[in-house]
Amino acid sequence: MTDSTITIEVDGRELQAKAGTMLIEATDAAGIRIPRFCYHKKLSISANCRMCLVEVEKAPKPLPACATPVSDGMKVHTRSPRALAAQKGTMEFLLINHPLDCPICDQGGECELQDVAIGYGGDISRYTEGKRVVADKNIGPLIATDMTRCIHCTRCVRFGDEIAGIREMGATGRGEHTVIGTYIEKSIDSELSGNVIDLCPVGALTSKPFRFNARAWELTQVEAVAPHDSLGSNINLHLRGNKVMRVHPRDNESINETWLSDRDRFSYQGLYSRDRLMVPMIKKSGEWIEVSWEIALEMAAAVFSEIKETDQIGALLSPVATLEELYLAQKLMRGLGCNNVDSRLRQGDFRLDETQTQANWLGIRVSELDALNAALIVGGNLRKEQPILAHRLRKAALAGAGVSYISPLRLELNHKHRQSYCAPGEMVGRLAAVAKAAGVKAGGAVAKLLKSAKADEFARATADALKNADSSVVMLGGLAQAHPDFSLLCALASGLADATGSRLCFAPSAANTVGAQLAGAVPHLQAGGKPADDKGLDALEMLKLPRKGYLLLGVEPGMDFWNGALSQSALQSADSVVALSAYRSPELEACADILLPTALYTETSGTYVNAEGLWQRNRGAVRPQGEARPGWKILRVLGNLLNQQGFDYTDPQQIGDELHALCDESPLHNKIAEPASLEPQLTTDGLLRAGDTPLYAADPLVRRATALQQTKDAGVAAIRLHPQEAKRQGLESAQHALIKQNGYQAKLPLQLDEAIPEGCVWVSAGLRDTAMLGQPFGEVTVEKA
Amino acid sequence: MKALSNYFKSLFLLELFRGLSLTGRYLFKKKFTIMYPEEKTPVSPRFRGLHALRRYRSGEERCIACKLCEATCPALAITIEAEPREDGSRRTTRYDIDLFKCIYCGYCQEACPVDAIVETRIYEYHFENRGESIMTKEKLLAIGDKHETQIAADIDAQAKYR
Repeated sequence: MTDSTITIEVDGRELQAKAGTMLIEATDAAGIRIPRFCYHKKLSISANCRMCLVEVEKAPKPLPACATPVSDGMKVHTRSPRALAAQKGTMEFLLINHPLDCPICDQGGECELQDVAIGYGGDISRYTEGKRVVADKNIGPLIATDMTRCIHCTRCVRFGDEIAGIREMGATGRGEHTVIGTYIEKSIDSELSGNVIDLCPVGALTSKPFRFNARAWELTQVEAVAPHDSLGSNINLHLRGNKVMRVHPRDNESINETWLSDRDRFSYQGLYSRDRLMVPMIKKSGEWIEVSWEIALEMAAAVFSEIKETDQIGALLSPVATLEELYLAQKLMRGLGCNNVDSRLRQGDFRLDETQTQANWLGIRVSELDALNAALIVGGNLRKEQPILAHRLRKAALAGAGVSYISPLRLELNHKHRQSYCAPGEMVGRLAAVAKAAGVKAGGAVAKLLKSAKADEFARATADALKNADSSVVMLGGLAQAHPDFSLLCALASGLADATGSRLCFAPSAANTVGAQLAGAVPHLQAGGKPADDKGLDALEMLKLPRKGYLLLGVEPGMDFWNGALSQSALQSADSVVALSAYRSPELEACADILLPTALYTETSGTYVNAEGLWQRNRGAVRPQGEARPGWKILRVLGNLLNQQGFDYTDPQQIGDELHALCDESPLHNKIAEPASLEPQLTTDGLLRAGDTPLYAADPLVRRATALQQTKDAGVAAIRLHPQEAKRQGLESAQHALIKQNGYQAKLPLQLDEAIPEGCVWVSAGLRDTAMLGQPFGEVTVEKA
Repeated sequence: MKALSNYFKSLFLLELFRGLSLTGRYLFKKKFTIMYPEEKTPVSPRFRGLHALRRYRSGEERCIACKLCEATCPALAITIEAEPREDGSRRTTRYDIDLFKCIYCGYCQEACPVDAIVETRIYEYHFENRGESIMTKEKLLAIGDKHETQIAADIDAQAKYR
């Protein structure tokens, strides 16, 4: 029935429509414009604005097109006198309480109400009585409110309910007294909250960082790809002159649909941070002096040519750098004879590198995630790692998929789920229990784990769900990747996936995590994602065995590394550190000797390979600030100065094409071949630290987005622990505590949190105040400060 | 006969005297010429001269940074930057009019929803240095403050035609 096509007639045109769809969907598909406010293609139908009234023959009254299902032989008039009169009447009612403050409204010029009023409204108002006024609400640092302008379309309310999955806004009161708000004064904490700005058809909800900054008609729109999470959400940059004024989502049904995460939307503020590095600088007897590009590049080249044992160089590259930069950096290093190149800076376990022969990826198309029947997420707080990916998974869960989580803290989830949370040391055991319940047969280290595992209720239910599903995944998230036993988790997950017919998925953490593997910016794979002939040191070994010289690309010591303290001490002890960076941070200035200002994602052309292996290209939209240059140009000149072959590029496209030619047709594969012996590195006894990288601490750009830093997801430098655990440590009434890890210590505020498992303290990494501590998972002691 | 009348006309310089009589009449008529700058011609309330930014009687600037003047300006002479002021209201941080670009069409005044930007009666001004032609927000507000009485009267005078 639902698949059958029927014929309707709209304004004298015959249209084909699927039975059961709404009239407005049929007319939208045919390009017939019907005015609307409350209808949105991605939200449920509420039919409360009445703007889409149309005349349907044989119906006694005009009907709302958004809530009228098509029926065979239906004759519809969208512009008949009766339809127009109905639309004009609705418009007049909507404008009764709408203030005439378009000149000071940020929506002015891009306002649906303005447009529809011109198209369908009357030209004078007959209303002379007083208009109602509604108090504005403070709903956080991202969204500005002018609630008097609200026309109660309830798109924002439905968005919170249906897409963001947390009911943060609602309508209270009736009729004239209807008010949209948060019930009690609170901020909106959803990681997708910025989308209500786009959804609001009037100026009731607008962007706070963009407030009063520019008008829609002043802006030029340039297509781009967001550089934070691994999805590569499609965005439009809105520019005025040479400045990015705001970021809007660009529809791409297979990636971000019409949504955009707040991180991708508001991170543009970081482009104009005060600590942008504007000119090349060198450190001379402890003082930073500005130098010309020529001198800086020659000195940088000298650093690498002076180190004769090229094994003494290490290259630590950011996985949010462009593919071209990553490729050139590793080409330069490998050309010099140095294989110590890595971009997996937040990974703590590299024991699988020996056997990995191809680049890892998401393992499934992003658009296929909606249709999953079951999923097991190991060590992944996806909502706070990759918001759009979590939204996709939530869609699957709402459609009935059984989603299970094994994680080192109790996750706040917005869908039905099964959850098993435990101290980080037990995660391997919990996963082994699921594997045992699924009947995994394996040898080696896995066999030992399976033997000691005991399948509980959670394990059996999860294993059954995975087994019985047509389409299921076992996904390893960011917390798993930072786990010291990542390779054990991988081996178990791989076995579990094989035994249950699921797909093994890695949720790549950064924009170019997959790209970096293809570019050869990992020690065990060379360009094209093929096994390297000569494996260099990985990111952790490069720091554990300090090198004489380092090349840093877009990273900040302390914050961007798995072991913050180790990264700072290793880099500080090096003879010379050349850093390509967009920012001057105190941490970088303490370590580096030469700072080369690099362009950020809006200022340089570059490719991002997203989680599903899609190559998406950005074009430089604005000029780099100050004397900053695109990273590929800097690396190209360094290549020339170091007499490397094949560094004569004139266009980044050439670099991308060269790399693309090196890649096979399907270079991505998630096959885990288990190495000979794997022993758990993390103990299950004693007090352990666990920590994530907060959503807005992921990379240098987002760490400087001022509005995002004021939100809850920016993370706090605090010691969070379970009240019971606090009692055990004698800290139940303490305000602050001293945490000691590997000889480093920090005094941090104490927070009691029941979401943290006992036997574990939660201290987030990636923050300036926790950067002096060690790795996010490891033994610690906590004592009274 | 015709030749004879032409002969007498030219002999007695008749046409010359007819012409001179007009000259003679204007010699004793009231003079059109005014002695500028001591004397000045009357100016219409609609005269479009130097720009000014006005304030409300409370002293609050009128301009709300809606940027309609900037949008409507056919010569692209207006540059505005805006941001929320401390009290949260929408205000300009920069309001520049380049008088070398301006064609004095008065569209900015027409577009302004709050009668903030106006073109005054002032037509006597000059620049001595490059860059002085850019009227900044401070300069425009100062002109508005100085001539507010006249500006308000002019706006009132044409109110019924707008």
